[in-house]
Formats: sequence, structure tokens, C-alpha cells
Amino acid sequence: MKSFLEKYKYKLISACSFLFVLLVWQLVTDVFHLVSPVMLPSPTKILGTFWYKLTGGTVPDGSTLLENIWSSLKIALGGYCVGVLIGVPLGVGMAWSRKFELFAKPLFDIIRPVPALAWIPLMILWLGIGYGSKVGIIFFAAFISATVNSYTGIRRTSQVHLWVGKTFGATNRQLLFKVAIPTALPMIFTGLRLALGSAWVALVAAEMLAATSGLGYMIQMARMLGRPDVIIVGMLTIGFVGLMLNTGLEKLQKKYVRRGKQHD
Amino acid sequence: MERAEGNVGSPAAVLECRNVGRSFDSYDGGGKNEVLRGMDFEVHENEFLVLFGAGQCGKTTLLNILAGLDMPTEGQVLTRGKKVTGPAPERGMVYQKTSLFPWMTVEDNVGFGPKVQHMPENERQARIKKYLELVGLTGFEKNYPSQLSGGMRQRVGIARAYANQPDIMLMDEPFGHLDAQTRYMMEEELQRIWQKEKRTVIFVTNNIEEALFLADRIILLTNCPTHIKEEYIINMPHPRDYVDPEFLRLRQLITDNMDLTL
Ligand SMILES: Nc1ncnc2c1ncn2[C@@H]1O[C@H](COP(=O)(O)OP(=O)(O)O)[C@@H](O)[C@H]1O
Ligand SMILES: [Mg+2]
Repeated sequence: MKSFLEKYKYKLISACSFLFVLLVWQLVTDVFHLVSPVMLPSPTKILGTFWYKLTGGTVPDGSTLLENIWSSLKIALGGYCVGVLIGVPLGVGMAWSRKFELFAKPLFDIIRPVPALAWIPLMILWLGIGYGSKVGIIFFAAFISATVNSYTGIRRTSQVHLWVGKTFGATNRQLLFKVAIPTALPMIFTGLRLALGSAWVALVAAEMLAATSGLGYMIQMARMLGRPDVIIVGMLTIGFVGLMLNTGLEKLQKKYVRRGKQHD
Repeated sequence: MERAEGNVGSPAAVLECRNVGRSFDSYDGGGKNEVLRGMDFEVHENEFLVLFGAGQCGKTTLLNILAGLDMPTEGQVLTRGKKVTGPAPERGMVYQKTSLFPWMTVEDNVGFGPKVQHMPENERQARIKKYLELVGLTGFEKNYPSQLSGGMRQRVGIARAYANQPDIMLMDEPFGHLDAQTRYMMEEELQRIWQKEKRTVIFVTNNIEEALFLADRIILLTNCPTHIKEEYIINMPHPRDYVDPEFLRLRQLITDNMDLTL
């Protein structure tokens, strides 16, 4: 018993704080009715709503939870893939070729500090409130992180490693693919993860302004219709799906970026 | 295996360094920082030449020029009579610090040269096997550099240079970062490897014992701007002994002649 306590001491402490908050929450809502359910529904109510939305309930926003998740994922992954497919080669190219850097970097530097959300009005104007405009917004969110990190990663290539490559007779192309890109790979993956984070954040914001379904749309509708339980279910789902996506990428990174550890 | 003493083989030079000078623009803008001046020497087939000089006197700068990674501001470098205009696989390099690719296994590091030159895979594998065996690292093929000790990493570096079968090997203080014990061991190891598979070597060091232990010939360098102060032909048989009277005599002779002004 003692060893069990020892072993899980820290986890137990964390679990206690969590349980404590849930308990107080339950007490002030359903038990003592200190807070109006219009402001803050009880944990059991939220759990019920979650179950209802998960098992096919479409009230109040018109879609089930899974439909909303799928709708959001389609947009997020669509914009993300385009952003990454353009951003990574752009970053690598600008870091590797001086001429290309001179050509592309000034333009990129102008776009770079513009937050992805600032593109929302223009995107709605150009593409309406359908799939395209949201993908466009996500694109900018993902594209910037992917480019910046790939660029920095390539720039970190060690001079000695390039010398080694050259003295072994590597061509410029081989230096890029066999020396610089492997060096940059951990940074490129960091960029992919940051890009996914930005994409997910931008998605929710974009859906709150221009959408007919999706998690962002769901919580926005719930606010208008006074359903705080649905808002909280939506928030937790957004957080959870974001976490899952990040974990997936981390797994991929572990698998493909082996022994990134530098020495000396 | 006994080998002939001193300068062996044909006197035809494998590499000639002709009146090479190198200046950099000064950091403070104005003048020039002259690092090398009038470096003039050659190295012969299968000769083990040691360039011996104090720290920061331009040894790395010189080797980079010999490798073709940097261009001299004066003079020229010739390999077998042809002017060096850039890096080439005939001139292999072993670096001061570990320069292994940390994302590649030992075997991929050693097979890197043959790979970029599109050698057929079975031939490449044979090369890897042969040279890992030569440096005594058979069994470590699948390890990553971060899993090896400093001495083992430098052995991989040596195997990698050998695997390309270069005409000449340039070694820039390859043991400078090792502890004294490992360093002695690696000097013996390198001597053994070199006896087994002879190459023309230019080896740079700031350690007189290392120089005397390995060299057929030692070129003593001055401080900046670096030029040649003296040349010594070392005729002692291998393996050499650090406390042999002749070893100690030469050690005294050479250190007395060094520039000690820093
Ligand atoms: N790229 C460079 N630009 C300017 N100065 C340099 C450069 N490389 C080397 N130097 C100068 O050359 C000197 C010798 O450097 P180096 O060849 O590394 O010496 P060593 O290898 O003997 O320690 C240094 O003190 C430095 O001032
Ligand atoms: Mg040096």
C-alpha cells in the first residue's frame, strides 16, 4: 500500500486537484444552486450533453459531434497540407539558394507578420463562407510556421559537414539532400507541429465567423442559443482533437527522425 | 611488417604546395590579417608528413587550402602536377572535431563517400566492411555516433576517409580533443592502420610527441604569419618509444627551435 502511494504520489496529487475542482463545480451548480445553469452548467449536465451529441444528437447547431469534428478536420487538414507542401520547400529553397532567397524572402517577410486571422475578411470577400475561404485562412496559418522553421533548420547545417560532403565529391544536390535536409529534419518537424497548432487555432476562429458546420461553428451557435453545456463540450473536443493531432505528429517524428542528437 | 626508413619511394611529389599565402580581411575593416606566408613544400608517395605548430597559427587554414575548400591569396597547390581548383575525392580529410553525420549509423557514415559517387551497393558494402575491420570497429555497424566514445568516433572518421581510397589523406589534429590516454592509444592505432594500408598523409598537430611518434618528416611552423621554420627527417624505426634517447633528443631539438611567443 505504501509503495503504491509512493509510486503514484505525484499523479495522485494532480488527480486530487482535478477531482476537487469537479466536486466544487458540482456543488455550486446542481447541489446548492449558487450559480445559474445559464452561466455554468454542472459537470453531469455537460457529460449528458456530450453523450447526446456523440450519439447522434443534432440540436442546437444542426450536426452531430462527429459530423462537426469531421467538417473541422477536413478544413484544417486541407489548409494544413497545402500550407506545408508549399511552406517546407519554400523555406528549404530560401535557405539553400542565395539567389532564390533574394527573390522570395522580401515578399515572404511582408506576409510573415500578418496574422492568419487578419486574412479572414479578404478571404470571405474573395471566396465566400464555404470550404475555400477557411482553407485559405488555415493555409496562411500553417504556411508561415512551416516556412520559417524549415529555413532556420537548413541554415543550421554545420560548415564541417558541408566540407566533408564536398571533399567526398558530393554534388550540390547531394549536399542538400544528404547533408542539409537531414540536419534540418528535426526543425522541419518542429515547424510541422507548430503549423498544426496554428492551423487548429485559426480554424476555430475562422469557423466562428464563416461557417455552416464545424466545431467552431457549433460553439458559436451554442452561444447564440444560450447553451453553455454545448459550448463547453465543443471547447473540450477542440482541445482533445488538437492534442491527438499533435501526438500523431510526435509519433511520426519519433519514427522518422532517429538519433537527431548532435554531439560535440 | 618492417618498412623502409625515412623518405621512401619515388621522389615524384603527390602534392606540392608552392609559395602559398593566405590573408583575410581584418575584422576591424582596415588592413589584412596575414595567416600564411610563402608556404613551400611537397609530400611524396606514402610519406607520413607532419606539420607541427602552435595553436592558432593557421594549420586548419592551410589544410583547407590543400583540400581545395579554400583558395590561397598567393601561390598554388598542385596534386600530381595538376592545379587544385576545388575539393575532390582524391583528397580525403579527417577533421579536428568529430565531423561524423549524427543522423547516420557508423556504416552509413563510412559508406558516405562511395555512396555519393554511386558505387555499386555490393562493392560499397565490401568497402565498409574492410575499413571498419581495419580500424577495429567490426560489430559497431549499426551504432550511431552519439553511442560511441570520442576515440571510436575518430576511428570512424579515419575509416570514412579511407573508404574513399583517396590519393592523399589530410588530418587536422584528429586526436586533439581526446584525453591523453585515448590519444596515445589512437596514435598507436593510426600507426598500425597506416602500416597495414599505406597512404600519403599530411597530419597536423600541436603536440610534439604525437609528431615524433608518427612522422617520416616533420615540418616545423612559425607563428602568424605562418611559414616554414625547419624540416626534420625522422628515421627512427616503428613502433617508437616515447622515452627512447633518440626520441627525447629530437623532442628537445625541435621544441628548442619553436616560437614560444604567443
Ligand atoms: N574565415 C576566416 N576569416 C578571417 N580570419 C580567419 C578565417 N579563418 C581563419 N582565420 C584566422 O586564421 C588564424 C588561424 O586559424 P586556424 O587556421 O584555424 O589555426 P589553427 O588551425 O592553427 O589553430 C585565426 O587566428 C584567424 O584569425
Ligand atoms: Mg585548427
